[in-house]
Amino acid sequence: MRDRTPRVIPFPASPAPAADARILFRDLALTRDGTRVIDGLTMALCPTGISAVMGPNGAGKSVLLRIAAGLVAPDAGRVILPLPMRGRVGIVFQSPVLLRRTLRGNLTHALKLARVPRADRARRLDELIALGSLLPLAERPARRLSGGEAQRLAIVRALAANPALLLLDEPTAHLDPASTQGVEALVQRIARAGTKVVIVSHDPGQIARLAVEVAFLHHGRACEVTPMPGFLSAPASAEARAYLKGTILL
Amino acid sequence: MPTFLDSIRTALALIASGDPDLVEIVLLSLRVSLTAVVAAAAIGVPLGAALAVFRFPGRGALVVLVNALMGLPPVVVGLVVYLSLSASGPLGVLGLLYTPAAMIIAQTILVAPIIAALTRAALAEMLTEYDETLRALGANRIDTLGTLLWDARFALVTALLAGLGRALAEVGAVMLVGGNIDHVTRVMTTAIALETSRGALPLALGLGFVLLMLTLVLNAAVLGLRARLEGPAHA
Amino acid sequence: MKTAILAAGFALAALPAVAQDGVVLVQSTTSTQNSGLYDHILPIAEEALGLDIRVVAVGTGQALQNAERCDGDMLIVHARDAEIAFVEAGFGTERRDLMYNDFVIVGPESDPAGVAGTGDVSAALAAIAGAGAPFASRGDDSGTHRKELNLWDGVADVAAASGTWYRELGSGMGATLNAAVGMGAYTLTDRATWLAFENRGDLVILSQGDERLFNQYGVIPVNPAHCPNVNAEGATAFADWLVSDAGQQAIADYSLGGEQLFFPNAE
Repeated sequence: MRDRTPRVIPFPASPAPAADARILFRDLALTRDGTRVIDGLTMALCPTGISAVMGPNGAGKSVLLRIAAGLVAPDAGRVILPLPMRGRVGIVFQSPVLLRRTLRGNLTHALKLARVPRADRARRLDELIALGSLLPLAERPARRLSGGEAQRLAIVRALAANPALLLLDEPTAHLDPASTQGVEALVQRIARAGTKVVIVSHDPGQIARLAVEVAFLHHGRACEVTPMPGFLSAPASAEARAYLKGTILL
Repeated sequence: MPTFLDSIRTALALIASGDPDLVEIVLLSLRVSLTAVVAAAAIGVPLGAALAVFRFPGRGALVVLVNALMGLPPVVVGLVVYLSLSASGPLGVLGLLYTPAAMIIAQTILVAPIIAALTRAALAEMLTEYDETLRALGANRIDTLGTLLWDARFALVTALLAGLGRALAEVGAVMLVGGNIDHVTRVMTTAIALETSRGALPLALGLGFVLLMLTLVLNAAVLGLRARLEGPAHA
Repeated sequence: MKTAILAAGFALAALPAVAQDGVVLVQSTTSTQNSGLYDHILPIAEEALGLDIRVVAVGTGQALQNAERCDGDMLIVHARDAEIAFVEAGFGTERRDLMYNDFVIVGPESDPAGVAGTGDVSAALAAIAGAGAPFASRGDDSGTHRKELNLWDGVADVAAASGTWYRELGSGMGATLNAAVGMGAYTLTDRATWLAFENRGDLVILSQGDERLFNQYGVIPVNPAHCPNVNAEGATAFADWLVSDAGQQAIADYSLGGEQLFFPNAE
């Protein structure tokens, strides 16, 4: 399943014959409140496994996910998804908003919004609860879940519409190690089941555990997309090198 | 001058006596105001929800208008309803003047803007929180509206209670369009006004306490129900 | 929105509606209600006539206007000139004398204007004006207000004094008495309201007995030629009963604290 070909993707991606199989971000630009949040971003991501997106705060990572999810329209450029992913993108925000209902209610409502036929809902609901290891918590009001439980609920809720591409924005940013482990295990289960995952993360350890490649963003541009484990040991761009060393990027 | 203690004693004695006239007045107050709140909710909740969720030309002006209408003086509403329902007015043929129906209409007009404005405020605030998540989950505007109405249900209950409070406490409009007719359109507030004009201040204040207790019981009942629905701890 | 309101209204049609047979709606002055007269005579009349008699007590001025708009079947008010004008304009069928009582001037027991015992009402009012003592006026175009303005005529220019010692409240008799108690003011009230009034504070009757303080009540059925919707039959029946021996007796029988409040004087 996983494309673990250990080669540096030529950057910027050349329109190679295989390009239509990749997730392409082409010449994206977005200005918000006078700031170029995304500034001519072009890159290609591998269509399978887990890709990580890294970069300092303000690099444009979250906005990039929103553009990929179709929630924000770019001023210029486009995202070209492989055919099976089109219209099938799920996203989980950094601080997921859970509905004021039970865990089960959140999932049922998401299935409804995803237009899952009524007859299939109960089965899908059970699947999602099991996938997130959430069964004992099913009747708990969602807003009383712990951080890790809430994050797992938000992730499986995003699967209600059965997406082929799942975008995760720092899903473990505020979690303790045990909860982080639970979320990572869930993400791996999802990827293994065939859903492409793109995860924004600041945590090199997490990237090492999960990702097949890392895209490094700075000032709204892609500096490099490098397969793992090469990225952590020998990043291609000066920006990524500085970032991994802990230097503040300007 | 009557002391408050006297009036509370009067109120308790009134309640204990189970005076049929008092019971009749309390029941009419409840019937009129509860019906008005239901009617006002039928208007105000969809209106407020639409104002919160949909974007259309004139929406901003409508929001300002609805908020301003919250401050409608009951007497003005009463006057407009009176002139409309008067035998010489456009709706005179309905024969509703000086009936509980007229009082319900007046209170509905008073309460609907309150419910609409509070509904809009509650849903608009929740929408800023929910909008992106719901869109990511595939919701269209109608889905969003439905989701917000359910998730804001406790805020809506509070809006209805605010409306009920206004309806039960209001005197100017029901006096004008109901006429305070004994056994027909006399409610708590018009009875209080009448006793005040008779100088029977302890009785008037006692009736006021009965009204207060009535609103307390209603609020406690609704909030108790809410707590039960919401579960043991806080969300 | 309007449709919804109307729908709500229709949904409530099960509630009692007006313009039913057997219902007589009386537009009335407040003194007859506040004094408790209706509580005494309406059960007797309803029993005798088989009618459902309902009273809207709003003050003579508003009662006349409401009746002119056809929002009532008959009038019980106390402003003779206005009543005659009402009938002459074709709004009422006929005006009949019903009963009388009298007005009194009440004021603080300390009596800063020194009107106690002054039988001549003009002299009493002149003393109040001269002393600049607070006087609470109804200011609501009611029968009592009209009477009061008549009495001031030629005694003092109250319009010019309005806002100083002369205070126009724009309120009913009860509210005006409550206010007079609160500000230690003089005021003019009908005796029936006064006798039934429970919050007198330190107010007492200071001037009474002048023949100009006579207070005549009249009864007028609304004219069906002007208002086709009225229950003319019921209104006429009730008006006839009020001026009949039985009605007049019922009025005479009503007393409060041993004092008769209204004196029947139908022809």
